Amino acid sequence: MNFCYLYLPISGVTVFWPGLIILGFGVGIIGGFFGMGGGWMVTPGLNILGFPMAFAIGTDITHMAGKSLISTMRHSKFGNVDYKMGFIMVTGTVIGFELGAQMVMWFERIGKVDLYVRWIYVVLLICIAWTIFYDVSKKRQRMVAARAAGEETDGLRYGIEWHKTFHRFKIPPIVYFKVSGITCSVWLPVLVSLGTGLLAGLLGIGGGLIRMPALIYFVGLPTHIAVGTDLFEVMISGLYGASTYTYKGRTELLAAIVMLIGASIGAQIGTIATKYIKGYGIRIAFGLSVVGCCVSVIMKLIPMYIRETKAFMDVASTILILTLVSSLSLYIFVKMVVGARREITQKKGKAQGA
Amino acid sequence: MKKINHCLILLVITSFCLLPCLAQSSDGSASPLVFVADSRNLSGWAAWYANLYNDSRGLFTLLTVVLIPIVGLLFGLIAEFIMARSGLDLETKERKTLHSHQE
Repeated sequence: MNFCYLYLPISGVTVFWPGLIILGFGVGIIGGFFGMGGGWMVTPGLNILGFPMAFAIGTDITHMAGKSLISTMRHSKFGNVDYKMGFIMVTGTVIGFELGAQMVMWFERIGKVDLYVRWIYVVLLICIAWTIFYDVSKKRQRMVAARAAGEETDGLRYGIEWHKTFHRFKIPPIVYFKVSGITCSVWLPVLVSLGTGLLAGLLGIGGGLIRMPALIYFVGLPTHIAVGTDLFEVMISGLYGASTYTYKGRTELLAAIVMLIGASIGAQIGTIATKYIKGYGIRIAFGLSVVGCCVSVIMKLIPMYIRETKAFMDVASTILILTLVSSLSLYIFVKMVVGARREITQKKGKAQGA
Repeated sequence: MKKINHCLILLVITSFCLLPCLAQSSDGSASPLVFVADSRNLSGWAAWYANLYNDSRGLFTLLTVVLIPIVGLLFGLIAEFIMARSGLDLETKERKTLHSHQE
């Protein structure tokens, strides 16, 4: 069974390489579907495989850059990528990411990196989860009220509409984004990208977890366009993140390439699944993954205050994340297969009818 | 609910403003951590790879930044080729209301 193990020359450890491919595959499905890199899911997976943690973030971000490129290619064919928006956001994303990465280095020097980063993460995830579920519940309330009043419910123009408030700030230059179908000040996506880039660099993630909801709720992109455009940004920030973390010596390139093998197929499946699931379905599933991520981070925080719980919390959070990754990727995979079967049956029906 | 919304937005903005202060409050005098690959028992490409990492971080970074998109593109094209055999329409989407907000 020696052929199942790969020696990583930089970190000096031997890992079970099929495990890296399976991890890449699972995270690839989720990433392609939600428009995120899935950094928070990869780290515990790498931990289980015996991967040194000093290299986990850098390796994850490096593989994320390649994986997002694959997903962006696929989303682009579905017309889900607003390149104009994406290019405008690039500068903000890169500057923000570097600021965030510098902050991590500062935190590292005083030995508080884990504590600070995890608390910021928890606050942020609670905000995101709350926003998503508030949005869903608000939409449902409005639908019920509209039905009771006998009004037509098209099911689309409901929920949170914060972007309308932001669109009122007409600070020049004002730009029309054809793919997204919105008109707003160019400063809105720039500020959103700067803020989300900073958090991405600080938390050592691609930023999809933050940017995707920010694009929906602050900029006003439709869900599918937000997913595609966000992946384009994850690709850029991932590539920049890969360079900065590699320069700091925190990347195991070989492991990233092995993970990409599984991620390339997973990303295709996840992206194609967005074809068969409505925007709000994606939002609810995304919200659940944010809640899972938040619980796992809290589990990592508890031992910083109650040391005796460390061993238990480490195992419990790893199990939680791996269960979440498996169930989410399975859910997306099943949805994709069901949708694909329906499409093929319809195609056959049409061919027979003709 | 509106009040909670405003509080939430205020909290996020305040956190953003305080982050740099929190980071700058640290003592910047300590030196950063340095990682070195042990290339003593390696040979062939593994030795070259580990030595490149130790000797020139700049070149190693360049290799990573160039290799990852190429490998991603290559694997992506292979995956596209495999998925194209599935008989699915991979060029268009089913949704009709794409430009409606809040879909």
